[in-house]
Amino acid sequence: MTDASIPGTAPPADRAPAATTAAVKGGKSLTTVYVYEAPVRLWHWVNALCIVVLCVTGYFIGSPFPTLSGEASAHYLMGTIRFIHFSAGYILAVAFIGRVAWAFVGNTYSRELFTLPLWKKSFWKGLFTEIQWYAFLKPRPLKFVGHNPLAQTFLFLVMVLGLIFMIVTGFALYSEGTGAGSWQDRLFGWVIPLLGGSMQVHTLHHLGMWVIILFIIIHVYSVIREDIMSRQSMVSAITNGYRTFRDDDPD
Amino acid sequence: MALETFYEVMRRQGITRRSFLKYCSLTAAALGLGPEFAPKIAHAMETKPRTPVLWLHGLECTCCSESFIRSAHPLAKDVVLSMISLDYDDTLMASAGHQAEAILDEVMTKYKGNYILAVEGNPPLNEDGMYCIIGGKPFVDQLKKVATDAKAIISWGSCASYGCVQAARPNPTRATPVHEVIFDKPIIKVPGCPPIAEVMTGVITYMLTFDQLPALDRQGRPLMFYSQRIHDKCYRRPHFDAGQYVESFDDEGARKGYCLYKVGCKGPTTYNACSTVRWNDGVSFPIQAGHGCIGCSEDGFWDKGSWYARLADLKGSGFGIESNADKVGLAAAAVVGGGVAVHAAISALKRAQTKHDAGNGADKGGDK
Repeated sequence: MTDASIPGTAPPADRAPAATTAAVKGGKSLTTVYVYEAPVRLWHWVNALCIVVLCVTGYFIGSPFPTLSGEASAHYLMGTIRFIHFSAGYILAVAFIGRVAWAFVGNTYSRELFTLPLWKKSFWKGLFTEIQWYAFLKPRPLKFVGHNPLAQTFLFLVMVLGLIFMIVTGFALYSEGTGAGSWQDRLFGWVIPLLGGSMQVHTLHHLGMWVIILFIIIHVYSVIREDIMSRQSMVSAITNGYRTFRDDDPD
Repeated sequence: MALETFYEVMRRQGITRRSFLKYCSLTAAALGLGPEFAPKIAHAMETKPRTPVLWLHGLECTCCSESFIRSAHPLAKDVVLSMISLDYDDTLMASAGHQAEAILDEVMTKYKGNYILAVEGNPPLNEDGMYCIIGGKPFVDQLKKVATDAKAIISWGSCASYGCVQAARPNPTRATPVHEVIFDKPIIKVPGCPPIAEVMTGVITYMLTFDQLPALDRQGRPLMFYSQRIHDKCYRRPHFDAGQYVESFDDEGARKGYCLYKVGCKGPTTYNACSTVRWNDGVSFPIQAGHGCIGCSEDGFWDKGSWYARLADLKGSGFGIESNADKVGLAAAAVVGGGVAVHAAISALKRAQTKHDAGNGADKGGDK
């Protein structure tokens, strides 16, 4: 997995200062690992786009735009917004299934999203070190080829469990329109009585959106912060797949 | 003893065969059945003995009965006098006291396993059921006793189906819906506060005509009346899709009959037949009168917050204050956003400091 990088694989903006440091420290080349395979990267960005579209359209389904004047037949605003929401929901769900499938055939890191290795000592050690690093109690974080355990925990809770919840409740609500007996109803309709009725499911689906929005705020912030302050690259890793380390110190 | 058929009873009451057949066609139409079902209904009514119905009243307001007696298609009178044998209904029957209660025992023995139990209201379970006493005994005892030999149970209204107002938090009497007290009988829920008159008579007519339960959904409601939301068949739906809403109850949109979504109409989350069958012989229904649906046929509609809010209130779900999903979400986003900003500021300061140190103490540092 670990191999020496070819100069120029990481974006220059990221690489320039690090490369200088590495050169100063003894002329070693930086360690670069191919972490995120193409399907994982594709899923990440498709998923991100879908989530943005779903949050925006979902919000405006819940709190529609001011009333339009004129004949009803002249407009289809809510209809269009709902169509975009449902289409994006379908794409997100299909992409999620594809991502699950890729976890079976992809590399080790492709499985990381779906696992929470609570039984591993190294996981807990990494988790506490990361918490200390974020609480400014440690001057230097650990190095991670994949996700750090703190990120892994959040990703599992929100991007796996959270997305499954949103997909299931979303299709359950969609089944109310497609009607009794439709495949959406047969697969997901049971969710509505289980969670206490249609209104309750609407409310929970809405709250789920806010949980995902909170996740996005934290995710984007911590990715940028890690990209600047951690010991490995972040933004370029999910763009070109290669993760570059800034130092070759042990641990 | 030979039991009278429906047809015989109707003829005895002076109804002509012509009127009888008209009635059968009307009933078929009211049930949404094709014309070929009219003769089937006629045949059933000519050959089947009248099924006794025992109609019990627990904790309730009698709005279900009030609705029922206003049924237009079929007329409640036709149902009560010709179709079913309503042997016990303490608000409608002539007898009272011990004579009335004696009828229960008589029907239970004579028609064992062959009568329909209709329940309006629900039993309160606190204090051993003392909050509702019928004939000197707790209602829950009467309900359990009569349910023992019933063929099926109809839960009239939101009280019997879900609990309704008397089961709203904090539910001091522990009013409990029928399906949480009786477990071994098929239960048909006909929710609504009250249910639509034609839905009530329609369900009874179906059961007697076809001698079987109507097809039910997951929650036990008849699919023929509860498989779609009010929203799905609402005549104001085009305004919803177009994006034309009543913003407040006295605005131009309200006068033009725009969609009531923004003023909290619960049509999109309520399963009932109001927008198709309507009320009072098809005259109108709440949305047609300019007021949003309050979702009276949904489980726990009293506990889900304002009747003018589409999403459930979060009070009582751990959030303490009255608030909705958007308020909670925005507040959380503000807190997290603020936290991120502060964290970013500290991070920047720390980094500047480390760089400064690194600059001074030459070989110690590195880019960290």
